[in-house]
Amino acid sequence: MNAMQPPPKQKKLSLKERYAHLTRGLGWNTTYQPMDKVFPFADYEGIKIHDWDAWEDPFRLTMDAYWKYQAEKERKLYAVIESFAQNNGHLNITDARYVNALKLFLTGVSPLEYSAHRGYAHVGRHFVGAGPRIACQMQAIDELRHAQTQIHTMSHYNKFFDGLHDARHMHDRVWYLSVPKSFFEDACSAGPFEFLTAISFSFEYVLTNLLFVPFMSGAAFNGDMATVTFGFSAQSDEARHMTLGLEIIKFMLEQDEANVPIVQRWIDKWFWRGYRLLALVSMMMDYMLPKRIMSWAEAWEMYFEQAGDALFNDLSRYGIRKPKYFEVASKEKHRLSHEVWSTFYNYTQATAFHTWLPTEEEMTWLSGKYPDTFDRLYRPRFECWSEMEKKGNRYYNPTLPQLCVTCQIPMIFTEPDDPTTTCFRSAEYKGERYHFCSDGCKDIFCYEPEKYIQSWLPVHQIYQGNCGGAEMKDVLAWYHLNFGADNFDYTGSPDQKLWDEWQAQRSANAV
Amino acid sequence: MSKVSITFQNTDDARHLVDAILTDNPDATASVMPAMTKIDCEGSLSLRRDSVEARIGRSFDLQEIHLSIVTLAGNVDEDDDAFTLAWNTGAR
Amino acid sequence: MTVTAIGPYEFKSRDHIDNFHGNQVVYWHWEEHLMFCAALALMLPRDMPFGDVLNNILPGCYGMHPQFEQIEWSKVVWMLDGRPFKPDLSASLVANGVGHKSLLRFWTPGLHGLSGAVI
Repeated sequence: MNAMQPPPKQKKLSLKERYAHLTRGLGWNTTYQPMDKVFPFADYEGIKIHDWDAWEDPFRLTMDAYWKYQAEKERKLYAVIESFAQNNGHLNITDARYVNALKLFLTGVSPLEYSAHRGYAHVGRHFVGAGPRIACQMQAIDELRHAQTQIHTMSHYNKFFDGLHDARHMHDRVWYLSVPKSFFEDACSAGPFEFLTAISFSFEYVLTNLLFVPFMSGAAFNGDMATVTFGFSAQSDEARHMTLGLEIIKFMLEQDEANVPIVQRWIDKWFWRGYRLLALVSMMMDYMLPKRIMSWAEAWEMYFEQAGDALFNDLSRYGIRKPKYFEVASKEKHRLSHEVWSTFYNYTQATAFHTWLPTEEEMTWLSGKYPDTFDRLYRPRFECWSEMEKKGNRYYNPTLPQLCVTCQIPMIFTEPDDPTTTCFRSAEYKGERYHFCSDGCKDIFCYEPEKYIQSWLPVHQIYQGNCGGAEMKDVLAWYHLNFGADNFDYTGSPDQKLWDEWQAQRSANAV
Repeated sequence: MSKVSITFQNTDDARHLVDAILTDNPDATASVMPAMTKIDCEGSLSLRRDSVEARIGRSFDLQEIHLSIVTLAGNVDEDDDAFTLAWNTGAR
Repeated sequence: MTVTAIGPYEFKSRDHIDNFHGNQVVYWHWEEHLMFCAALALMLPRDMPFGDVLNNILPGCYGMHPQFEQIEWSKVVWMLDGRPFKPDLSASLVANGVGHKSLLRFWTPGLHGLSGAVI
């Protein structure tokens, strides 16, 4: 036999080798334009990078693997979405009040996914190293996928329920949505390194677990299989995003000691900005899920206090400490959700979702979870409002509230050591007064006042005449909010009427 | 106390991942919640490819965990044979 | 002031008094009455007498609270922008030193909210 031996099969490249080819072999230094002109935003924030190649994505995901796994995630997600729609899955949720959490999600969170897509596409362009560029590119595609799948999934609810019809428009205009919108615009208008510290580290790594994990588990608990599926599909990308967040922080800290104080200041700022944003989530967890998984306080303990301790212990070797005012956030954990829900109850005439007073059973749950505060401070408030409702005199706050210039939330938060006194902080800049809900928000303003004097505060914009008119109905029309359908209490709403009809039909069919 | 943590969806694939981790990391504990399972372990934990393959009876690429993972806490290190999460506790 | 920017970075305040059509914004906060979740923002003429706000404007804001009618304005304790303050009810806001984006906090002796819970 003289047949040729087959050539020895070439060994498949290892994960590390494949990743090295992608992130080192494909990068190059420009020749016909200097590198600093090609990457004009790489230096101005003061972050010093000596060796871009020292950055490595520990997942070592290459593009072929990325497409393969993302395609598989999409197939799984769309199978669930279709089956949810075909089987009228909306009929199986615990209670129609739950849908109001989705309204807040679609108008407040999903547009942030789209902003994140734009943000990562932008900063990915501006990093000199191929490693972080590729990680940002993948994340930019992920975030676009999140925005699309969320809008697609919730479009099913839009066929039946109010308040879901114009999320993108509302995000740009509705008063409480200026909170998430301005948070992200603050990050997107920063430099590329601050953006990654803000979104990849402080938000994705330190805080988003609180949004996606217990809330999505809650969606499952309340029978909403569509939302839990898009939530977990998005969250499966989040593990990679969180890793980018931690890696970029370590990379900056390892590259130059001079980076440490800059990074620490960003961590301080963006922890507080993110924490204030999550005030909305505290209320979704404690008040808007008909069946509850865990309280906001428990989630804070699990995902910030314990997980954060481990994280900041790890980072202490670089000279990084826990974010400033983390202890204030922990002091607020027993009151946050109650203060926020009360605020929306005050102004439900101007919200694109419904509010309600907690039932007796729900208040029992809340007193069990918040034994030091609920019965003393918040139950009496709800009972007082309930009495007013029974007398046909439902309480509405008829006057627009003062807003914090930094976080743009109404000035509802109380002194760290006294939950009965509203916290006021102020500063003067170029002869003008500015007001803040907390020391955290005041510090952020005082470091970069020129940025925050541009805050588009919805209350002041209404008074300036920039929001469709002077009457509430004019402003709501400008929001594209359908008066009498999207706003006011759940009780008496078209949503409730529809839901009650379905329930009646169901019990009639069962007989 | 510095616990690393990893959370998986309660899917058929992830059931074997959870089982492999709990077997290979004796200090790991699992909490089962609606739709997800959270595993915590002091210091570090590893998911080994061979342990998963022994359970599912086919070859397994560790990057398949991207299909089931919900969240994690810890520094990630991944190669062809193991996926490891660890906190650095000592000085470098 | 710190600016980290790629070019000159200077802006006019978006809430400058010039943008309010001759009026000014004043914040009012009734302490110990957290049924009202935050201080109120009122856009008021600068020459409006202080007493007119109390008699003509605030009842529309706070009137549904059962303790509002019981307020004796002569006994109310005021803070203006962090300092103790005694308003001259017949003088204008500006003459009282109440400027654009001033904060007025007031305590009503004997009225500490409902049910012992600062409602």
